[in-house]
Amino acid sequence: MKEEELNFGKEKFSLTMIPGNATRSMRTCVVWQFIRFLVLNVKMIIVVRKSH
Amino acid sequence: MARLVVLGGGVSGHTTATFAAKWLGSKHEVVVVTPNSKWNWIPSNIWVGVGQMTKEEVTFDLAPVYKKAGIIYHQAKAVSINPEGSASNEKPFVTIEYTEAGKAGETEIVEYDYLVNATGPKLNFDATPGLGDGNGQMGDNTVSVCTAEHAVHASHKLAEAIEKMKGGTRQKFLVGTGHGLCTCQGAAFEYVFNIENECRKAGVRDMADIKWISNESFLGDFGMGGLHMKVGGYVVSSKLFAESLYAERGVDWLIGAHTSKVEKGKVEYELLDGSKGEEAFDFAMLIPPFAGVGLKAYDKAGEDITGTVFAPNGFMKVDADYTAKPYAEWRASDWPRTYQNPTYSNMFAAGIAFAPPHLISKPMKSPNGTPINPTPPRTGMPSGIIGKAVAYSVCDMIKKGDKAHLHEASMAEMGAACVASAGKGVLTGTAAAMTVYPVVPDFEKYPGTGRDTDYTFGEVGLAGHWIKHILHFLFIYKAKLNPGWTLIPE
Repeated sequence: MKEEELNFGKEKFSLTMIPGNATRSMRTCVVWQFIRFLVLNVKMIIVVRKSH
Repeated sequence: MARLVVLGGGVSGHTTATFAAKWLGSKHEVVVVTPNSKWNWIPSNIWVGVGQMTKEEVTFDLAPVYKKAGIIYHQAKAVSINPEGSASNEKPFVTIEYTEAGKAGETEIVEYDYLVNATGPKLNFDATPGLGDGNGQMGDNTVSVCTAEHAVHASHKLAEAIEKMKGGTRQKFLVGTGHGLCTCQGAAFEYVFNIENECRKAGVRDMADIKWISNESFLGDFGMGGLHMKVGGYVVSSKLFAESLYAERGVDWLIGAHTSKVEKGKVEYELLDGSKGEEAFDFAMLIPPFAGVGLKAYDKAGEDITGTVFAPNGFMKVDADYTAKPYAEWRASDWPRTYQNPTYSNMFAAGIAFAPPHLISKPMKSPNGTPINPTPPRTGMPSGIIGKAVAYSVCDMIKKGDKAHLHEASMAEMGAACVASAGKGVLTGTAAAMTVYPVVPDFEKYPGTGRDTDYTFGEVGLAGHWIKHILHFLFIYKAKLNPGWTLIPE
């Protein structure tokens, strides 16, 4: 059974979505995450500025 | 010369006191009364609770920082407020009781011109039988990560559980809320995934049964009535976001639960449908409900006016609309803007110490009449922003007179960032990074979801984890008043 299908078994059916291998690997891909790091920082700074 | 007294030295009180001291200079006095000798960056207690950080890494001594800032510091707890003074004292004053070694138990009165109540919460363990020890402290049945000391204790218990699993004994972990009216689900949310990660790292994940128990009516409520965020091109509810994470990590969940009793190795609970049940555990971290710290207030004649100054839950009344009304009539404008006490204009409440007008989440009751709903979060970023706005207002009142314009910081116009880590390795850790804007939904301004979906977002990954690390060092650096501290936003 694929890891993302683990929670959709007959005994334990989950209604949510589970990330597959590609999504999981992107979460720890340093290059992609560095880009996301920059994006998240910019967004958070905007939220902080809007909050003051 | 005016004197500002700040009760509390947590995120909000520390922010108010340090900014006020900087802006007022030596012409006026800033006094901090806090029972603690150390400042604690509470979000990192999670890492202490799994043994990834030491207590010393998340705390520092307050005395040298306040000395540097020119702030008068009393290591004491506030007992009562006399906002009109008394028969023998013309000026308003606070009665304090020292907690520092050598002076413990001694009382003193501290006069003030302006007072900021930023006492934070009382951790009300005794609200649930068996969660507390009957004397207001945490009991022996569960652990907590609410203070650095609690987190150290939790890490030892976790290490014992991991050793047992390595020895072949299965362990059941129960993490979540210890009462139907808890807040701070985010801390428990973060802790459960850190435990899961520690079990994985130790090679015993298959020996661990991990379960979430919470008073939220749905996963991802977080005390904010849930939120909708942009993820992968969709506007997704936090319910789907949270359930996905729990299912992916193999963490089971029990929601809409009021933990009614805790015993050694077992909790009893009542669900929103009125049914009751029990859950066994080997290790449990259950957040206690919060209450006000129990400050009393007296008028000039010595009559008890606690009910005038404070709400029944012990939090201080401010400029909110406290009119009781049904959920459908709640408005963003009900929430306070200046945090000034309506009776005494020289008193303010900041951070957790102010009484919210009502819940943010939809109020829920079981058929037995038991309220089971999260109370509103007021920690972290909102606490800091409110503390700074109050400091601005008090400084303006001191410099320009009591009619000075008050600064505003409504939680209905303020965002918050929540970064919940799951592991600590620089290249292996991940975190659920979320921002919400505004914290209190405003359905008049944002009719769809109540929030601005351009600035309400969430994702899981290393990037959030790095941000969590940076925030740890940045906020401790700022709180120590190191060079450039004012440039770091709250």
